[in-house]
Amino acid sequence: MSVSYYVVLAAALFTIGAVGVLIRRNAIVLFMCIELMLNAANLTLVTFSRINGTLDGQIMAFFVMVVAAAEVVVGLAIIMTIFRTRRSANVDEANLLKY
Amino acid sequence: MTVADVLLTAIGAVVVGSALLVVTTRHIVHAGLWLVVTLTGVAALYLVLTAELVAWVQILLYLGAVVVLLLFAVMLTRAPIGARDDLDRPRWPGVLVGLGTAGSLAALLANAYRWDKIELPAAGTAERIGEHLFRSWVLPFELVGLLLLAALIGAIALSRSGDE
Repeated sequence: MSVSYYVVLAAALFTIGAVGVLIRRNAIVLFMCIELMLNAANLTLVTFSRINGTLDGQIMAFFVMVVAAAEVVVGLAIIMTIFRTRRSANVDEANLLKY
Repeated sequence: MTVADVLLTAIGAVVVGSALLVVTTRHIVHAGLWLVVTLTGVAALYLVLTAELVAWVQILLYLGAVVVLLLFAVMLTRAPIGARDDLDRPRWPGVLVGLGTAGSLAALLANAYRWDKIELPAAGTAERIGEHLFRSWVLPFELVGLLLLAALIGAIALSRSGDE
């Protein structure tokens, strides 16, 4: 199947993630949407890696996954801290830098 | 269309459909479980693209670690388990921005790679990836190790209660 199939699929996935970040309120669901966008980027990286016949894109996708894991760990710790002070995981209520 | 094309189309439909459910469902836990379906579909696409190691790392890391962490966070923040109506902001601005993004991304990328047919290079097995990784990507690899350490320490520092 041609490359454009994967590319359009990744664009659709990225769009869904971006819309999710814009329309959802719960911080944890926002994280899920960010994971969707990162997966779309990974899909294009792997696709281009295959077009070019090299492994660099796959290795970059691997790094993106590791960075995503680190991001989720730190992000969830921040959500926990906000939840502890505000009793809410709603991003619209997290509007103060210092509480 | 060959059988492979039909299968690929089906996988793509599953990925897009479950991703849509992640952003539209009213249950937070259901969103997490639909995310599992999406990520598995993407892993299947990686397998079709001969990126074996990336597919298995996707399953181990995302399905095994990230989704579990997210579900733990759902429990720890006492998020509403049942259906909730107040999960969404007003939709139209987000949907408009999303449609613009989708149109421009799809037009740009599909136009740029319209004439390409996928050739068959050698598969990205763990052996080949490892050789390539430790030959040309050693420095980024070490930096990623440092990043993981920093994330670990950061998470511990953040989640300690701040009264010391």
